[in-house]
Amino acid sequence: MVIWTPAIVLGGIAALSAAGLGVAARIFRVDEDSRFRGVLGLLPGANCGGCGFAGCAACAEAIVRREVEPNACVLGQTETARAVASYLGMDLIESEPQVACRECRGGERAARKYDYHGFEDCRAAMLYFHGPISCDHGCLGLGTCVKVCRFGAIRMGDLGLPVFDPERCVGCGTCARSCPKGIISIISETTKILHWNRYTECLSPCRQGCPAQINIPKYVAHIKLGEYAEALLTIKESNPLPLSTGRVCPEPCNLACRRQIEDEPVAINYLKRFVADWEMGSGRRLHVPVAPDTGKRIAVVGGGPAGLSAAYFLRRLGHAVTIHERMPALGGMLRYGIPEYRLPKRILDWEIEGILALGIAARTGVALGGDFSCDDLRRQGFDAILLTVGAWRDRRLELRPAGRDPAGVVSATRYLGSFRGGDVAVRGHVVVVGGGNPAIDAARTSLRAGADRVTVVYRRGRDQMPANPAEVRAAEQEGVVFRFLTAPTRYVAESGRITGLAVQRMELDAADPVGRRRPVAVPDTEELLACDLVVEAVGQLPDLDFLNLPGMPPLRVTRWNTIEACEQTLQTEVPDIFTGGDCFTGPALVISAVAAGRYAARSIHYYVTTGAVPPIEERQTELISESLFDSIAGVSAKPRVHEPLVTLDDRLGTFKEVEGTIDEEDARYEAGRCLNCGTYCYDRDQELEAPAAGAESRA
Amino acid sequence: MDLLLLVIGAIFVNNVLLAQYLGNCPFCGVSKKLDTAAGMGLAVIFVAVLASVLTWVAHYFVLVPLDLEYLQTLVFVLLIAALVQLVEIFLKKKSQALYRSLGIYLPLITTNCAVLGIALLNIKHELDFATMLIYATSSAAGFALAIVLFAGVRERLLLSPVPPAMRGTAIALVTAGVMSLAFLGFAGMVE
Repeated sequence: MVIWTPAIVLGGIAALSAAGLGVAARIFRVDEDSRFRGVLGLLPGANCGGCGFAGCAACAEAIVRREVEPNACVLGQTETARAVASYLGMDLIESEPQVACRECRGGERAARKYDYHGFEDCRAAMLYFHGPISCDHGCLGLGTCVKVCRFGAIRMGDLGLPVFDPERCVGCGTCARSCPKGIISIISETTKILHWNRYTECLSPCRQGCPAQINIPKYVAHIKLGEYAEALLTIKESNPLPLSTGRVCPEPCNLACRRQIEDEPVAINYLKRFVADWEMGSGRRLHVPVAPDTGKRIAVVGGGPAGLSAAYFLRRLGHAVTIHERMPALGGMLRYGIPEYRLPKRILDWEIEGILALGIAARTGVALGGDFSCDDLRRQGFDAILLTVGAWRDRRLELRPAGRDPAGVVSATRYLGSFRGGDVAVRGHVVVVGGGNPAIDAARTSLRAGADRVTVVYRRGRDQMPANPAEVRAAEQEGVVFRFLTAPTRYVAESGRITGLAVQRMELDAADPVGRRRPVAVPDTEELLACDLVVEAVGQLPDLDFLNLPGMPPLRVTRWNTIEACEQTLQTEVPDIFTGGDCFTGPALVISAVAAGRYAARSIHYYVTTGAVPPIEERQTELISESLFDSIAGVSAKPRVHEPLVTLDDRLGTFKEVEGTIDEEDARYEAGRCLNCGTYCYDRDQELEAPAAGAESRA
Repeated sequence: MDLLLLVIGAIFVNNVLLAQYLGNCPFCGVSKKLDTAAGMGLAVIFVAVLASVLTWVAHYFVLVPLDLEYLQTLVFVLLIAALVQLVEIFLKKKSQALYRSLGIYLPLITTNCAVLGIALLNIKHELDFATMLIYATSSAAGFALAIVLFAGVRERLLLSPVPPAMRGTAIALVTAGVMSLAFLGFAGMVE
């Protein structure tokens, strides 16, 4: 009998508890989403925390509640995301892979505040006077990121910098969060395209000077190591036209190159041209990554460098792009303005083919206003419109009798445009009026087309000339005569045909403290230049007459005859219309148009995906004054390479390309001249002598 | 005065963790971060007090009258398990915030020997109801104190250059031993 009492008591207590729990469970029932278990089962179960939640269960719950997208799991990536999305019956917007990368290229170059012998942890080192090195952007090199990476994707490289393995990196961001200097970021191809320089970043002077903000030190370093594909892909993150800009860019980056302080600047553009030609010579196009389709459609009006660049970047951001071009072929001024001997058409064609091959549609021979209107584009389902119509209207000299040109007077754009096949013959003496690149192009083209003599008339002096000095020198070598401080006064025509141009001497007035010195005429100095053809190359304006046609949006035009738009976003007053390039800034460099294309692409991307364009904080527009040095200690002079030139005899009478591409050996040598600068640092080729006792900085 | 001694004795001298070595699994498992350790400590205080009340009542009103004191441990385990389940169900419905912040620690307490230990000690010391309440609260508070202190030490350990072989649980156990020795110093305070 003894056994029964405890059995009954124990059983009773158990039954009571069970009943109590049962009742409680019924009273306090919580409806749990049954899909939670299902989603949890699909996640990898690693509890790595990469998604930002405390374990897979929390992540699954957030996915079921739709607080995050089904692709929240960074470890499982696309496969898991697809499985989760199909389980929940959701559409998966595929995301791009993201990987970690660091900004610092440093090593031991930054000045040291003290020697650190504490814990091997960057966070601990930061607690003591913000770390042992004085550079804000510099890597401390203690490898906290290496320790926190759960996927073994980071190791310390030879320079004392972390090296990321993109194969292993899942983009979880643990390293970026653990870096006390904030110099690791998780980026995708899209992030790179949308990114513009900020004052808070480590920027070499050349990167600050380049309008397109190409990561110059990075691609030069790749060339130095013989990694030409990586170098070219780096360029193509910011510039889709390396073949063209590699030939015609006047290198604003070079004006900032630190090497010119003691030496000549690095021949950056020769290097760009070298890798671009390397790709073309290899016969195989590099694969350019394109983001998953977004389903948005963008119309680009104008297929010049700005339009091509915008189309290229919008396509890489995943949008469907159609270019509308008035002329029979794409390329804009690259094709119809820049002569064959500077940029051969077959090279331009190859470059444009590569851009279109990303999946960009092009309609040529259709003009905005005449053949279609902005309303038509909206009806066709385009989510945004970009106007990059360029600056195609020539400014004209006010010298015409009765407002009509005598025969033999032509504007530069029309003149250069007529040489596409090189089949136009020119005779006699050609006078070109103007001092910009189009004037030089017109002069050198005339020589090649058979002119006996070519004279360039410019009302200011040589130093005030806006044309590239190298172009001016080459023109002089070829035999072009320059008449500086000379301005045309009237045309002399006989029976409707030009026979001469009257010109007079000019002088520059006293220096204006702000603007350029104005030329003023010297009285009684008029003389007559007998000539057979006058080319007016005195500037261009955007041709915006189409805005007055029916179906056009009410866009405002500035007093410089450019389209008015917000400088920060390139958005016009009509929200879905953007602009950029020459029709916004007035005539400028090809590389500026390329930059405008990417800038407009960024704005349009944000506009069509989020509805608003966020401003860029701390956007770098001026050179950072701290990065401009007076001297570069510890660097010895190293001569710059020179590009191969076609001999003078070979140039005249043909449109053969004048400048050649440097060879591989020269390219590797030239890349070795790069100082690999940061904002505050650069590579020295010799160790400086130790500073006097008491000084704490160390090279 | 006796009550003060009881409280000090329960928290410091006879600390459940460091003097009686009860509840070592959460002590090692949930002491890597200060805030989770504090959460665990609070959860233990809450459950230990409730469990003490329930088991005390069960002991004096069910087991003693029926002469079944030898079933003590078995019944207590059963009751604590049921209680924790009940608390979990209740919290899940009534306070999502608390339920979420306690997270996995709540069900873990089911198997926490510190809670069972406190319930058994209440009976062993033949405490009356009021004293039992004070004793249970103080003992659980002792647990909370120990685990929070230990988590603090472990957070500092993360930044220390520990030899690879000793990293993680190994150095944690050594640290626990040292802390236990330190708490031995309280032994002279209360007879």
